[in-house]
Formats: sequence, structure tokens, C-alpha cells
Amino acid sequence: MSVARTRSIALNGLDGYLVEVEADVSQNLPGFVIIGLPDASLAEAKERVRLAASNSGCPLTDRKLTVNLSPASVPKQGSGFDLAIAMAGLAAAGSVSAQSVRDVVHLGELRLDGRIRPLSGVLPAVVAARRAGVHTVMVPLANKSEAELVPDVRVVTVSTLREAAIWHGGKYDSCAGSVASDDGEDLTTPVSYEASEGVPAKDGGRNQTHIDADVHGDLSDVVGNSEAVEALIVAAAGSHNLMMVGPPGAGKTMLASRLVGILPDLDEEQSLESSCIQSLAGGDLGGRLRQRPPFESPHHSISSAALIGGGSSIIRPGAVARASNGVLFIDEVPEMSSAVLDALRQPIESGQVVIQRARATAVFPARFQLVIAANPCPCGNYGVGGAECTCPPAARRRYLGKVSGPIRDRIDIHLAVNRITSAQLRIADDTPRMTTQDARLRVATARNRAADRLSDTPWNTNAQVPGTWLRDRPQRLDLAATDIADRALERGLITMRGYDRVLRLSWTLCDLSGADRPQREHVSQALYLRRGA
Amino acid sequence: MAQKDELGRWGEGIAAEFLEDGGYSVIQRNWRSPLGEIDIVAIKDGCTAFVEVKTRSSTRYGHPFEAISTHKLARLRRLAQSWCRQQDPHPDRIRIDAIAVVGTPGNVPKVEHLMGVF
Repeated sequence: MSVARTRSIALNGLDGYLVEVEADVSQNLPGFVIIGLPDASLAEAKERVRLAASNSGCPLTDRKLTVNLSPASVPKQGSGFDLAIAMAGLAAAGSVSAQSVRDVVHLGELRLDGRIRPLSGVLPAVVAARRAGVHTVMVPLANKSEAELVPDVRVVTVSTLREAAIWHGGKYDSCAGSVASDDGEDLTTPVSYEASEGVPAKDGGRNQTHIDADVHGDLSDVVGNSEAVEALIVAAAGSHNLMMVGPPGAGKTMLASRLVGILPDLDEEQSLESSCIQSLAGGDLGGRLRQRPPFESPHHSISSAALIGGGSSIIRPGAVARASNGVLFIDEVPEMSSAVLDALRQPIESGQVVIQRARATAVFPARFQLVIAANPCPCGNYGVGGAECTCPPAARRRYLGKVSGPIRDRIDIHLAVNRITSAQLRIADDTPRMTTQDARLRVATARNRAADRLSDTPWNTNAQVPGTWLRDRPQRLDLAATDIADRALERGLITMRGYDRVLRLSWTLCDLSGADRPQREHVSQALYLRRGA
Repeated sequence: MAQKDELGRWGEGIAAEFLEDGGYSVIQRNWRSPLGEIDIVAIKDGCTAFVEVKTRSSTRYGHPFEAISTHKLARLRRLAQSWCRQQDPHPDRIRIDAIAVVGTPGNVPKVEHLMGVF
């Protein structure tokens, strides 16, 4: 009776691990000690827990309570352990069943009146609990829908500490004796962050497909620029990185925002991963896993910690992790600090970011599709018919030179986006334009073909396939097909790495057209896309 | 006498009775020195206990034990030391205890005894 234990989850990046919360009541003067490397917010839990317990009518012991969080050598942070500490404390004093609390994972922050606040990161925490073999988790009522997304776990929701104590066999009346109920407040209403912190309301994400179309616009909004639309579809089909160069007002931003709409829905694994990141970043899932790929467009003044992820005690995901399984769009890329831009090199290559801090190391997924956009020169008029560029040549060279070679090398499609002319505008009025719906169907078909072809390999999309494999038998293409790329290589127009990229693009173009193997036309089109800008 | 002093005095009486019922022999009450006061000195099985008694009429403003601060305990320890110096022979083993009395004169009080609190 004097020692009780329960469990909670500590998150490090997306990975959660079980934390055992032990409580001991010893025959000594009243006191409350928390040990096991708590940080400041966790050390303050003793005040929150003590007051929440007495204010909800199930006071902690009037002897000395010692709470240990084990493994005791790992630093722990945050207020999510409150509920577990309270339950362990009550069980140690015999107020609730020690048997009942032992196998349940408790998540929740307490308010002083005994109500339980929702947490961010409940989804990854429940996923971790399931992985650790836990059968029952107790979460704040407001996190119910999020926790229930994880299969094979019994989710118990509670809105007050008293409710939790009663669930564990505490002999308390279900409503009497609480300070909070004295002032007429409804104890069953969860305290929601949405109302106070301006996060979109709960039902905001319910019809995500619909919302996506609204937020990012339809592909049919793009007038003229059919080449660019086609390139966008190719990028989506093969998950190729894309760079757009063009004068202001040519529609680069418009195109980029349409890209996410034509990507296919996330598969089960991606969906869980992206939802976990969203939950960790404090976003509301609206009671369902996210189906649509994310779209992140950070401002070019972003710091590398915000882009990659960081933080000293709690490591938070950056834009790169939030864009994982989706699109990372950086507009006006030459304005960006080149050190920050170059920080993307490693995640593009490895598909993940590893963030190391003195206290912990966190790994986040970073399988995003990079889309960058730039003006051709500082004034933006270089190469525009009828407009005069006022930039000296050196300034022009320096401007696009800010996108370093290694970054350029990782970009498969270089697209020149031009302003449309009045003639194009007229023609566009009469020709039917591709809608997001049609394009997504084409992309999905092409992706399925690629996935079928690559089913025996570790890769899913054409952009992931290494060049050595493509140049190997039986994937090697006929001389007749690659002739044009071979000549470009011979004349030094493309490098060997560029040659591989042309091959990858050829396969994507072939998947889109429904052919079995890339033909000469696919290779030449790929070469054009690779060298377009 | 102020009401709280009266309550305290009553509580100390209850505590002394409680100790004697438990087999202790109370050898001194309200021993004073320039440092302060020891409520009760009692002996059982060769161990001398210096007892701080706290009395409250109810737990509305917290449990009596919560009012015993480490500062107060440290003073009790110094007091115990100076008490021991006056004894011949010196006591073998000493201990610092706390007793909480909750109740009012005329009712049956609730008494709790904690041993070796410092």
C-alpha cells in the first residue's frame, strides 16, 4: 500500500518511451518530492497535483509523498505527467486501487481545480504506448478522438481528476465536494486550447479533401502555361524536386500551391507519420488521420532551427519534418540565407533529420518534395520580352548563384515560367484546362505503375531510384532511346549525375504516358525538363 | 489566555496522555530555555523522544503536521541538544517526534504520532 506505480509516456521527437511513475508514502511530516530528473515545468507538477487533488475532493496523503520517474537518469520535461503522478500518489495512499493504476498509461496536465487539460502529441504517445504493449491509456477528454485513431488500444477518457480516481476504484461521490462545481462551472467540459489560442476549431479538418482544394486552389485556375502544368504533373508523378525560375507575376507561387492538390492521398503508414508530426507540432487533427499530403511554405527569412527542427529541452519538428510526405515550397529562394538553404542538403539525401542536443537526440522523417522558386535577377525583368533588366551582369549571376550547386544538383526539374501573353490568354479561354481532379488521377495512375514496377525494390517513386540501378540490366535503355542524352553527356551539357536524373525523369514520363519502357521521345522530353531553365 | 494558547495547552495534555497510554513515561513538559520550548520529553525502551505537539481545531486550514517547518525542527534539535547537556548521565538514544491533535476541548480528538521526523 505504501508504494504504488503507474505509467506514462515521454516523447523524444516522434519516439515515445514508457516512464514508470512510482509513488511512496512514508510516515513523516507532510511533503511532496519529485525525483528522476524533472525539468522546471515537471517539478512544478507537485503544486499542481497537490492542489488539483485537494480541490477536486480527493486529497493526497498528509504524510510524505515521494514520486520517482524512472528511468531516473533520463531527463524528462513537460506537464503531461500530472495525471500519472496524481494517480500514483492516490494509489500509494490507498485511496484508489493500486492494481488498477499499475497497467494503465496516464496522459494529462492538471488544472488547479482538478480538471484535465489536453496535451499536444497525444497521437505519437499513444502509438508508443501500443508499441510498448500497453492495453489501456487514459487521456484527457479533449484528446479522445486523437487517441482513438490508434487501433488495438483501449482509450479511457476523463475530464477531471475525480473522474479518473473513481474509474480506478476510488470511493468518492461522482459530483459533490468540488470547489469547481461550487461556482456553477460544468466539470465535464474540457478546457480547450482552440478557443483560447486561435488554433482552427475542432471540425476544421473534418473534410480535409474539400478544404485542400479551397486553400490551395484548383489547377484549372492556371491560365496558359500548359508546359508548366505538365511539368508539375511530372514532378508529382515521380516525386521529383522542382525549381521554377521566372519573372514576378508569372505564376510560380500559384503553380507551387497547386502541386499538393495533385498528389495522391497518403498511404496508411505515411498518414500515421504525418498525423503524429502534426499532433506533436500542436496542430489539431480534427478526429481523423490526415489523408492529404502536407504543404509547407516557410518564409525565406526562416532560421535553420525553424527549418530543420530544434529546441533545447523539448525538440520540436521543423518545417522539413512537417512537410514530410508532402511538399516543401520555398519562394524567393535567393533571398534566403544560403547556410539555411544548404541545411536542406542532408535531409534531401537521407530522407530524415537527426537533431542532436546536449540532452537528447531526436530523429524526424524528412521525405519531402522540394519546390523552390526564384526570379531570374534582382529586378526580375531579365529575359522578359519588352521589359528592361536594370541589373548589372555580376548582380544577376550572384543572385541565382545563391542557390548552391549541391542544391541545384538535387533538383530534377528546372522549369522556366514565363508571363503569359494576351494571345495565350485568348487561346486559353477556348481550350479546356486540366483540373486538379483529372491531374490527380493521372498522377495516381503513373505512381501505381511505378510502384508496381519497383515492387521488388526498396523504392516507391522514380525520384528515389539510384542511377546505378537504372543503368543496370534489365532496366538499361536501348541506345536508340538514350541517344540524345548520350550525346548531351558527350558534349558536356550534362554531368553523369544529370544523366541519371534524365533517366529517372524518362521513366516518370513513360509511366505517365502508359508506355512499357521509355522511348526516345520520353528521354528528349526529360532532357528538356532537366535543362529547361 | 488567548484561545489558541488554550487550545495548544489542551492539545499538549492530550498528547501526553496518548504517549503514556502507549507505554512512554513523560519526564518533562514545556521545558524552556533561551532558545525556545520543548513541548514534551518522554522515554520508552531507553530512547528519549522530544515531541513537538501541534493542535488544530479542524483541518480547514491544513493538517497540523503541515505547520511543522524544517526551521522549527532544526530549533527543536538544538533544544534537544541543550536539554541533553543538562542530564547526567546523558541519554543514550534520542529521537524527534511530532504529534498532531485535531479537535476541540469536550470532543474526542484525533491524535497522530510520527516518529523520527528529523
